[in-house]
Amino acid sequence: MTAHPLVVDFLIPVLKIAAVILYPLVMVIVMIWMERRVVALIQGRLGPNRVGFEGILQPAADAFKLFFKEDIIPRQADRFLFNLSPVLVLVSSLLAFCFIPLGESFRIKGYTLTLWVAESPVGLLLVLGLSSIGVFGIIFGGWASNSKYPLMGALRSVVQILSYEIPLGMTVLTVIFFSRSIDLVAIVNHQKDARIWFGFLLPVSFVVFWISGIAETNRAPFDLPEAESELVAGYHTEYSGMKFAFFYIAEYAHMVLVSSLVVILFFGGWLPPFPNVAALAFLHRIPGFLWYLAKIMFFLYLYVWIRATLPRYRFDALIKLAWKWLIPLSALNLVAVAVLRYVL
Amino acid sequence: MLDDLKDAPALKRVEESLRRRFGAALLAASFEKGELQFEAARETLSGVLEFLKTGLGFESLTDMIGLDLVASRPEGAGRFAVLYQLYKFPEALRVRLRVAVDDGEALPSVTPLFRAADWMEREVFDMFGIRFEGHPGLTRIYLPDEFEGFPLRKDFPLEGRERGL
Amino acid sequence: MAFKTIDLNMGPQHPSTHGVLRLRLAVDNELVLRVEPVLGYLHRGMEKLWESQTYVQAVPLTDRLDYLASLSNNLAYILAVEKLMGLEVPKRAQYIRVILAELQRLASHLAWLGFMANDIGAMSVLLYGFEAREGVLDVFEAYSGGRLTVHGMRIGGVPFDLDERVIGLVRRALDEIPRKVADIEGLLSQNRIWLHRTEGIGVLSAADAVAYGVTGPALRASGVAWDIRRDVPYSSYGDFDFAVPVFGHGDVYDRYLVRVEEIRQSLRIAGQALENLPPGDFRARVPRVLKIPPGEIFHSIEAPKGELGFYIRSDGSDKPERVKMRSPSFLNLQALELMCKENLFSDVVGILGSLDVVLGEVDK
Repeated sequence: MTAHPLVVDFLIPVLKIAAVILYPLVMVIVMIWMERRVVALIQGRLGPNRVGFEGILQPAADAFKLFFKEDIIPRQADRFLFNLSPVLVLVSSLLAFCFIPLGESFRIKGYTLTLWVAESPVGLLLVLGLSSIGVFGIIFGGWASNSKYPLMGALRSVVQILSYEIPLGMTVLTVIFFSRSIDLVAIVNHQKDARIWFGFLLPVSFVVFWISGIAETNRAPFDLPEAESELVAGYHTEYSGMKFAFFYIAEYAHMVLVSSLVVILFFGGWLPPFPNVAALAFLHRIPGFLWYLAKIMFFLYLYVWIRATLPRYRFDALIKLAWKWLIPLSALNLVAVAVLRYVL
Repeated sequence: MLDDLKDAPALKRVEESLRRRFGAALLAASFEKGELQFEAARETLSGVLEFLKTGLGFESLTDMIGLDLVASRPEGAGRFAVLYQLYKFPEALRVRLRVAVDDGEALPSVTPLFRAADWMEREVFDMFGIRFEGHPGLTRIYLPDEFEGFPLRKDFPLEGRERGL
Repeated sequence: MAFKTIDLNMGPQHPSTHGVLRLRLAVDNELVLRVEPVLGYLHRGMEKLWESQTYVQAVPLTDRLDYLASLSNNLAYILAVEKLMGLEVPKRAQYIRVILAELQRLASHLAWLGFMANDIGAMSVLLYGFEAREGVLDVFEAYSGGRLTVHGMRIGGVPFDLDERVIGLVRRALDEIPRKVADIEGLLSQNRIWLHRTEGIGVLSAADAVAYGVTGPALRASGVAWDIRRDVPYSSYGDFDFAVPVFGHGDVYDRYLVRVEEIRQSLRIAGQALENLPPGDFRARVPRVLKIPPGEIFHSIEAPKGELGFYIRSDGSDKPERVKMRSPSFLNLQALELMCKENLFSDVVGILGSLDVVLGEVDK
């Protein structure tokens, strides 16, 4: 029997939309907690471990506090843009999650439940484009604050993001040579059919994509635009309360997005590892969704580990790294992969 | 212990060079506790310091110290004294030059000779009110610019004044 | 969008100015044109206070000058007083002073290392440095009860003898710190990003360093081989065998290397002093009411930050007529503008960090 049309056409999409808002937010909460605990442990301290089990409610406590903080808008600020920019930054990150597939679809009562909100033949393009709208949020925020430090921070941030979009895009192209599709679900399925993950096939692409991804999210060692010791807090210096919380959540949501992309493009999305090894066939019984989560958690952990360890790149070196190293490298990589693809 | 008498012959030579060069302008020279201290008049200050730096190799101005001698000065001497502590690096020789200056008189700034004197002179000015002519920007360094009075003078009360600034 | 020069203000409340320091900067896009430090936020009138306190009462006040290296301040003042008095300090006391002073140098340099790495972005090193420093602070706490303002020296010697417990803690610190410092070095010294942020930045030539009165590690990083412990030895430093690191480039990286090497040398000196501790008194007899006949003296030591000197003028009473402190951080800070010129704005923080200024000392 097929499911009732009301459920299929209305309830399930609504539930999925709710999920696509909740999923990144939950991931953000986990991420904030993990970051604080892991960084603390690397530094030889404990981190917040009182609120809730091992401190898991700490992000909720922080959000609660931010909710009650006074919302200060500087007198000279451009009110409309000032209010708009946190919204832009958060919404662009969350929207992109509509197209991220979280696992393989499965049948319930004759209905195929897909673990994504929408599948589009140009899914990858949409994801990259939507997350780029966040750049506008940054510029508006820095400009509308009407203050030197945020403006400088915003400009640096924007230059950084723009510069690193290029190697990001070029490495994605190398993946497309193999997957022949920019539909994210198809890319994962292609890795399943090819029985090898693109990360092993295209290691250079993976590394460049990962580095660019860190730079895109303004994370250490590329976090100069918001380094406390330099510009106080960069483009979101003048923000307080919930608006600041939006920027904060958006940054973590963007990190989860980048990790998701890395996993989907290079590490098989929801596919279990070692498909060729018969002895490990039991791994296939673990749902794909959990594999996907585990892989994302690994990359999120990597984000935190790198942040706790490395010093910060100075801004000019950051840009030089993009233009003198990553762009030529990814260009060469692109040509090499193209040639090899058609020769082999 | 701390007195390095091996400095003495070298310092005696320094004293002799100064006497030969400046003669009567060199007012007093004493040698105690391993240090050579001598006094020069205000007018010859720049000349003496220049000779010490370029002629005798005392390249480093370690410190400048202001003194308010209102309680203890001998008759006829200036109210204030400024001490210039100089070093010669390789041989570790120390020499102290003292200049008397009266309330209202100014000293020539030695910043052209020793860049380090910039802030040192500002500090002496801030604390004692002694002006230095030719200083690139003689303003107070510790206290707010609007502050009235000079705290290290003996007549400035320790507890400060009632009306604050 | 073209920028004219911007006037920026850093501080006095700023995460990286290491205290209440205000810097007024003129910046052309990213390039620094002018740096003007504005001082006095921590000015407490120490020199005036010293004139109304006895020589003995003045010692705890000196703790508060360079508050990250309080024993060095104690030592500088006390040595000046003793020289003025002509007092002979027993050998054992001198050795204990050396141990304490070198441990204090360790604590100061480890704190500096943590802060500087944090400013450049390696946040974990801040905590590793402070963890290493805890070993030294444990010694101070066991010795005199103070961790930060230790007041561990008295006129004529030291307040207490080194007992078993303190010696045990000293040995433990001397054993554990090398490993922790090696860990930190492994994270930083050859790290590409660290080198990029510190090599060639904030260069100070030897001639400029001498002209500006810069002393201490910054002077040695610029190539001038001058260390008062070796060149004008005080408190029996002549008995010990140690090297004085001197590098030539005068950049931030060299100042980092000098201090890391000094940490190793301090461990050496403290170890030698501990092994060869002579028997005897730990304090000379000093009259209860200490009056010093009229005279004046200038004496300086090699404190962790540079040359720390005291000028004392006595008038025969139990209080000094004038005490002037020659502050190393004050004069090192004067050279900041020269070092920051032609560098990028992001480097100001690194250069200031490499100078290791403490505002308590700058502002008195």
